[in-house]
Amino acid sequence: MQSEMVTLTVNGRRHEVPVPPHATLLQALRDLGYTDVKNGCEKGDCGACAVLLDGRAVNSCLVLAWQADGSEIVTGAGLGTLDDPHPLQEAFADAGAAQCGYCTPGMIISAKALLDRNPNPTEEEIREAIAGNLCRCTGYAQIIEAIQRVSE
Amino acid sequence: MTAYERKPLSEVDLSPMRQVGKPLRRVDALGKTTGTTVYAGDFEMVNMLHAKVFRSSESSARIVGLDVSQARALEGVACVLTAQDLPDARLATDMPGQTGQEERKGSKAPVLASDRVRFVGEPIALVAAETLEIAERAVGLIDVEYEPLPGVYDPLEAMKPGAPKVSEPDNVVATWKVNKGDIEAGFAQADHIVENTFTTHFVDHAYLEPEAGVAWIDDQDVINIRVCTQVVEHFRSIAEAVGVPHNKVHVQGTMIGGGFGGKEDITVEIFLALLTKATRRPVKLVYTREESILAHSKRHPFIITHRTGVTEDGRIIAADIEMIANAGAYPYLSPYVSLYATVTANGPYRIDNLRVDTKAVATNNPFTSAFRGFGAAQSAVAYEQQMDEVARVLGMDPLEFRRANYLETGDENAIGQEIESAVWLEEEATRALAALGDRTPDDGPVRVGRGFATTMQSYGRIMWFHDTSRSWVGMEQDGTVVVRCGAPDVGAGQVNSLCQIAAEVLGVGLEDVTVYHSDSALTPLAGTTTATRQLFMSGNATLKAARMVREVLVERAAEHFEVEPEAIDLAGRRAYVKDDVERELPLSDLAKMCAADGMKLQHLALFTAPFTDQLDPDDLHGDLFPDFTFSAHAVEVAVDTETGEITLLKSVGCHDVGRAINPTAVEGQIQGGSAQGIGWALMEEVQVDEGVTQTPSLSEYLIPTAKDLPKTQAIILESGTGVGPFGAKGIGEPSLTPAAPAVANAVADAIGVRIPDLPITPEKVLEALDRRRAGG
Repeated sequence: MQSEMVTLTVNGRRHEVPVPPHATLLQALRDLGYTDVKNGCEKGDCGACAVLLDGRAVNSCLVLAWQADGSEIVTGAGLGTLDDPHPLQEAFADAGAAQCGYCTPGMIISAKALLDRNPNPTEEEIREAIAGNLCRCTGYAQIIEAIQRVSE
Repeated sequence: MTAYERKPLSEVDLSPMRQVGKPLRRVDALGKTTGTTVYAGDFEMVNMLHAKVFRSSESSARIVGLDVSQARALEGVACVLTAQDLPDARLATDMPGQTGQEERKGSKAPVLASDRVRFVGEPIALVAAETLEIAERAVGLIDVEYEPLPGVYDPLEAMKPGAPKVSEPDNVVATWKVNKGDIEAGFAQADHIVENTFTTHFVDHAYLEPEAGVAWIDDQDVINIRVCTQVVEHFRSIAEAVGVPHNKVHVQGTMIGGGFGGKEDITVEIFLALLTKATRRPVKLVYTREESILAHSKRHPFIITHRTGVTEDGRIIAADIEMIANAGAYPYLSPYVSLYATVTANGPYRIDNLRVDTKAVATNNPFTSAFRGFGAAQSAVAYEQQMDEVARVLGMDPLEFRRANYLETGDENAIGQEIESAVWLEEEATRALAALGDRTPDDGPVRVGRGFATTMQSYGRIMWFHDTSRSWVGMEQDGTVVVRCGAPDVGAGQVNSLCQIAAEVLGVGLEDVTVYHSDSALTPLAGTTTATRQLFMSGNATLKAARMVREVLVERAAEHFEVEPEAIDLAGRRAYVKDDVERELPLSDLAKMCAADGMKLQHLALFTAPFTDQLDPDDLHGDLFPDFTFSAHAVEVAVDTETGEITLLKSVGCHDVGRAINPTAVEGQIQGGSAQGIGWALMEEVQVDEGVTQTPSLSEYLIPTAKDLPKTQAIILESGTGVGPFGAKGIGEPSLTPAAPAVANAVADAIGVRIPDLPITPEKVLEALDRRRAGG
């Protein structure tokens, strides 16, 4: 099958791009230059590629780009910048929640989705929310602390 | 605050330590949390090709035919390389980068297999094509004909006469021996002799970032490689394998998405160099997760047997320890991993009569090499379980028994090296156990147990490697600081530590310091980010360079204020007279004055570790490591005796880090390192069947999630006795080492039976309980 045009609105920018049917949203986003969406496994095991798709956190490697046609997508870098970081990005930085940083954008997306629907989660709810995001550096304690700082 | 704004001096911290020791936000943190940091796989170049590696599907076979003609003919394929195209492409598999150390004989392996493959995943051919899709199709068109050869997968089998040869002449790639005192005389005096065998297994580093890189050739004919590596100094081996002078390979290290030893050996960079040289075009190579697990090293499985002689009052008077390490198909760092295991075989305990006999043995398995803990973690799994078993035989409390045998400052370790720094094992163990708090009660079939481990782990490389690091520190005319240091940053805060040290010495804040790092040509060479050495080595080099800059600033300020240099201090972006703080000068003005006077505000410092000669492998005796970190970890577990399920309830790590340069970062090391140790003990295993990995992705190879681990409480002690900057010791590897044996001891405490083979899975728990019920 041939590529078809899809419309993706990413971090407020609208893109119309030709995408082949088998391309994942992860591939499409990285091809568009959103390299903060990380590729860690391409099969939904690690969560490094998590983005908000119409407000819901998804592993972008498990969504076909065609399925995201017409959707609003927010990546980790879409939440804030070095000049104007999102409170979660500040808290992760202050709490030591980013070591190598490779899981961090996806982890923050999962945290954002959680706090959007539950501004005061328990520790168990935080653990549940990030259970699909693997981190190999921190043992998760400082990540949980960062999310708690923002939820308080 | 910009470089020119300064708080009033009354608001500036004038205590002896202003930056070092503070839990400051790491300088690399916000780039990472905002997704701004660019990793090796994120780069693209114009006119770039995409590469794939064709790998062996066989663990032991002769290659009798290799046909790449169809792959070469595929439209869009720029290049296919085989061993035939690269007769001289061989790489040393040991001693990554660094110094002028001689290679071990027989350590060179072909970059691409020619006539023989020894493990599943061994590279055979390289493809570069216009798109990744075409490269993948081309790899599928490569036709190889194998003639199977007998393989050997068990190191004990591999040592038998007549075993298939993986490594000439006898599959033994390293042997180390310790002979101290008279063990037969020691055993003769023993009241009890306790013998046990413990085993560990293959483990994957499972860093979140698979190996990746981009290479290109520039207008000076230099091969540039932008890659995630713990060792930018591989440029030398790469140059030799490719056949160009050393100064024609330039490795530009990126921020690394986790390494843990797995990015210590060469990964994608050699393939990139060969392909860009062959095509004269930029080439990108990114491993999938599956390829990463197939292609990079694993943690060595060990078989360790302890025979320990003790007196009734709890003194160890003799120990005979035998270790066999599974080296996999090629040596890589097996000789050194097994050396670390040998030297720490008896743990942090005084044993006058000691024999250790260690062999690393080649098999047709994935090759094994560096992994956080580097053999000393495997030895700890054995000696700390053995300590509990001996205590049980003696009827002594495990801490009481250890206390009677702990090394102290001034004692000699297994090979006669005197321990010069603080040894706070007893306090660490006591505090870690106390921090577990009230014991959780048993709940029906769910039994609760506690265990701890106390360990020693070196920091800094083996001293006969003659390790060095360089760092350059300069002050700009606005008073801001630049550090240039070739240290790769694996995410543990290597760059940030250099920043805190430079800021401390030069009286500025972290925001005033920019660190350029990880570049084999543009930053001074700082050695490997391995062996828990960067803070010790590059921290000291940066401290030295920053002090040289400070000396110039102080001299010029003293002249300006007409006082002695001793009267001047630097803080809050200014120089000032210590006992007359109204007399102050912004560093921006002072730096300009120095520049106008032609004074040198840029300094390159060399830091050298102590240098020693190589020790005799058949009789190890002498100084081997710069120093050691001593650590304790305690845990509480709940074991469901009906299902075998193990739940970690509490976890505490207590470490004397000498000096915490950044306590938040140290806490992160303790929590993250112990998480890897706990995963190793309970759930992680690369299962290999006749050389074929049965756990090819993160769906089968399970690492701990946020739901598997309680928070590890980190207790940081600071003796100030380390050989790092400001008395720091290392914490990267030591954070992991005591965690796995602590878990093993806790499970044994919970169910009353020991499971000597990691990982301790529910199946093994149930099997052990059945065995006990059957009276076995």
